[in-house]
Amino acid sequence: MLEACHLRKHYVQGRWYSRRQFHVTALDDVNLTIEPGSTLALVGESGAGKSTLGRCLSRLEEPDSGEIRIDGRNLWTLRPEELLAARRNIQLIFQDSAMAMNHRFSAAEIVEEPLLIQKSMSRTKRRKQALTLMEQVGISSQWAQRSALEFSGGERQRLAIARALTLKPRVLILDEALASLDFETQEQIAKLLLDLQASFSLAYFFITHDFRLAARMANRIAVMWKGRIVESGSVPAIFSEARHPSTRLLLAAAPDAQDDALARIPREH
Amino acid sequence: MPFLVRRVLYSLFLLAGVSILTFVLVDLAPGEFFDEMRLNPRISKETIAGLRSNYGLDLPLPLRYLRWLRSVAKGECGFSFSYNSPAAPIVWRRAQNTLLLTGTATLFAWLIAIPFGIWSAAKPGKWSDLFAGGTLSILLAIPELILGLLLLLLALRSGYFPVGGATSLNFPQLDFWSKSKDLARHLFLPCLCLTAGLFPLLLSHVRASMTVVLESPFIAAARAHGIPRRRLLLRHALPAAANPLISLFGLSLGALLSSSLVIEGLFGWPGLGQLFIEAILQRDFYLVVDAAVLATIFLIFGNLLADALLYTLDPRIRDD
Repeated sequence: MLEACHLRKHYVQGRWYSRRQFHVTALDDVNLTIEPGSTLALVGESGAGKSTLGRCLSRLEEPDSGEIRIDGRNLWTLRPEELLAARRNIQLIFQDSAMAMNHRFSAAEIVEEPLLIQKSMSRTKRRKQALTLMEQVGISSQWAQRSALEFSGGERQRLAIARALTLKPRVLILDEALASLDFETQEQIAKLLLDLQASFSLAYFFITHDFRLAARMANRIAVMWKGRIVESGSVPAIFSEARHPSTRLLLAAAPDAQDDALARIPREH
Repeated sequence: MPFLVRRVLYSLFLLAGVSILTFVLVDLAPGEFFDEMRLNPRISKETIAGLRSNYGLDLPLPLRYLRWLRSVAKGECGFSFSYNSPAAPIVWRRAQNTLLLTGTATLFAWLIAIPFGIWSAAKPGKWSDLFAGGTLSILLAIPELILGLLLLLLALRSGYFPVGGATSLNFPQLDFWSKSKDLARHLFLPCLCLTAGLFPLLLSHVRASMTVVLESPFIAAARAHGIPRRRLLLRHALPAAANPLISLFGLSLGALLSSSLVIEGLFGWPGLGQLFIEAILQRDFYLVVDAAVLATIFLIFGNLLADALLYTLDPRIRDD
């Protein structure tokens, strides 16, 4: 459904007073496909280009070359009204959702804001839908008037998920969405995400550096290293047949991930 | 103690300090109003001594300060020697003229600077941004005085705008509409000059604080959720960028009485600035003190207003 073909992205950093430039190849001929209703995990060490890929897929950044296609159509050549529809379908969740929310807005305002794009919806209906979603992600609607700052990290991540879900998207791009949470909260949110996936038939693009989480969440895993996708396959395949040295390194960093993954093999993809 | 009460008390304290300091400094300045009379051989020493004691100038300074405070309470604010009348009405009439000029200029500068700043911050590197940057550099580089002289030259050559004063000679005979028109024509050039001086400063601040906010993650997140650009700029970015601008607004209110000193002189605008300079040159003691204290009141009031605005708009400032 959401495809990336031959994506390339290159950053040049330099200062106006110096001729020295730093070249960073963030994406180097990246190809991948996100299937409807399933989870693709993107694993890689920091600086591998994972976030750049996520930002390109959500159209926050423009790749130098290559195409991003949604339902076979190029995301960068859509007409404005088509783009609006496409944007609804791809939503992004960040690692630090405290920074990603406007502190002047109340929880309900944050959740309902994306609905403003649909101008036809009335105020009360918007609010009602926002409150329902808040309950669905496990936040009491009594807290609707609180500011984003008054929630804990895990609750804020739930709010971010609710906000992303308001437009009934088909793909959620989760950029290290669980990384800054403690183990227990991670488990809760991971469970919430899996439940929501089942009830909304969502596709996830799950960006992480943690093989354990990737194994918990994903049907397929792609491993990224220095801007390239060096390996991809189903979860058990990656665990048992990993060849690339960077994959081995990341696997070694999550020793109990393999057990988790093998215990969960029946999960279909 | 509530925040605002504390701020008001602090302001009063500050005001007392400034007025005492002004009193002492003006008194320390060499010479006084009656020095010129002393040079006149036909006026006897006794006459001058009589005048001085009449005005209370022979009293010690703390006592004179207390007498001045009492006359402030009566609404007279001391006595002008050169105008031979209570100081308050003289100062206030001139201050009104100054406020008309600077108030209009400040209002216009803000009204132009805010949309322009947002616009140029929203599209960095685009032509609007470059245009704003260019205008900024040019306006910042031209001293107000030069700009004022250029405008005066233009007015003189074209003959459309009057080159001095606040009203025409036949002003009292005009009806309301003609009065307003006459005033507006006199106001135009000095106001333009002041606006041109203030505008680039405000523009650069609006632009800078908007740029910082537009780079923050919550704007990126809102963008990713598909929030329209207009709402993004006005509803998300502008309130978040407002804090430094509100402080600046307070400062620009505070400068209302003091920012137009040069321009008033240049355009012959009968404002407080001219009166202040005259009063200093003539050692018209209470006029100097009153003008200085009035300018301070504006400064304090401007800052107080900015604090109150920040207090209501930003919850983070409240928790003390």
